[in-house]
Amino acid sequence: MNKLSAQFLDIGYSDTLAGGNSFLHRLDPRAKLIATLAFIVTVVSFDKYAVSGLIPFCVFPITLIALGGLPAGYLLKKVLLVSPFAILVAVFNPLIDRQVLVRFGSLAISGGWVSFISIFLRFVLTVTAALVLIALTGFNQVCLAMAKFGMPRPFVVQLLFFFRYLFVLSEEAQRMLRARQLRSFDRRAMQWGTFVSLAGHLLVRTLDRAERIYLAMCSRGFDGRIRILRRMKIGLPETVFVLGWVLVFVFMRFYNVPSHLGALITGRLS
Amino acid sequence: MSHHIVETAALQYTYPDGTAGLKGVSLRISHGESVALVGENGAGKSTLLLHLNGYLTPTAGQVRIGDYALTPDTLTAVRRSVGMVFQNPDDQLFMPTVFDDVAFGPLNLGLSGQEVERRVAQVLETVGAGHLSKRPPYKLSQGEKRSVAIATVLAMSPDILVMDEPTSNLDPLSRRRLIELLKTFKHTKIIATHDLDMALDLCERTIVLHQGRITADGLTEKLFQDEALLRGSCLEKPLRMQQCPVCAPRKKHPVRE
Repeated sequence: MNKLSAQFLDIGYSDTLAGGNSFLHRLDPRAKLIATLAFIVTVVSFDKYAVSGLIPFCVFPITLIALGGLPAGYLLKKVLLVSPFAILVAVFNPLIDRQVLVRFGSLAISGGWVSFISIFLRFVLTVTAALVLIALTGFNQVCLAMAKFGMPRPFVVQLLFFFRYLFVLSEEAQRMLRARQLRSFDRRAMQWGTFVSLAGHLLVRTLDRAERIYLAMCSRGFDGRIRILRRMKIGLPETVFVLGWVLVFVFMRFYNVPSHLGALITGRLS
Repeated sequence: MSHHIVETAALQYTYPDGTAGLKGVSLRISHGESVALVGENGAGKSTLLLHLNGYLTPTAGQVRIGDYALTPDTLTAVRRSVGMVFQNPDDQLFMPTVFDDVAFGPLNLGLSGQEVERRVAQVLETVGAGHLSKRPPYKLSQGEKRSVAIATVLAMSPDILVMDEPTSNLDPLSRRRLIELLKTFKHTKIIATHDLDMALDLCERTIVLHQGRITADGLTEKLFQDEALLRGSCLEKPLRMQQCPVCAPRKKHPVRE
């Protein structure tokens, strides 16, 4: 199995983490969802050259990782795995925006580089927060929380099914690839024709499977609505969790902690 | 209780591509019977099963489940009384967790939350999967998946259990457990299978299908003695009814004669 697909299948692991039993795991999914959304919105709302103001925000994911007992290394690897997307988005900034913004002695840093770093920081913060949310809550619970907040039912069902059959489908693709590999000997690269045929088969198989699943649903009384029994309760811990974090975010948004801290220290030193 | 009866009359089905699936199948299975449906690959076993809960509509002929002739109007009632366990549990377990999956049917029946929880706990206990309730289905072993798939159907409290290859892909011990479990059910059972030893264990009656027609219908023990019939339907005597290769006098294998 190649590395990338191993990583891909590894998504199931973050769901295993959600089976933990810390205080954070037990919180109502909706509370965690709101806090994470508030976090993401605040981080994204900074202006395009913000760097120092963003740094304190790492306190949110770090606290959750520490208190939830999550493996930080694993999460970091997952973030790096998707980082090329962010880099691709930001990579042209240094080329286009060449106006010098900061000078360290003779070293001039252009606005493009600053915004590049800013974008990358934002990416790391938001993706980590989302991954932490999944690892603390579980993908399905997050979906159900969204449903409780009034996200249209069809979207929720799509997401649930997507997650359920992601593994089945990727295993199927994996088996087909293996079968091809074992019979292709020295020809490492897949030929176009073979690829088309493999992809086509996968599609047809998926359709067949969809048909069988639909059949299974029908034979258990499916009438177009998926009902899920889940009790959710917002209590004192949830309220404190959400309010506490939102206050912290607002504070860090309007009060640049590092620059004030810097001023404080340099002020003392002088 | 007439509602546990399954009856088909001159059932014919032709697939859209023109392949004949069933060419006139008439049978009557009465309350509490346990029937094995055997035959070669493509004999029409699964096609027949798919008619029993109204998924396929016959080209000609009729299906009756209990008091209802199967029509679009009676479909809901029929699906409620015919519980269908599919061959691949991955097709049957589509919800996020085992609990949600087992609760899917009862919730669709409109039962209250408490009643659903009670039922789910009860059927999971029955199939010995109580501890799996919170697990996602893709993390279960084949044997566990099969048990849960059966639980999802039992939760609807059907009168008739229809199963497609329940013992396929199971290790011998899981297979044995499943057989013992199925023995305890009092439902009318219709089991399509290639596992003739299981048929011998579970079903007093066997129906042999061959190329879309019934070629034999009778007592399992008697039919499985009939080597000519079995060979004609691409079957073989159950292993248990063959001679022991170690202690019996040497004799050529019946099929290779």
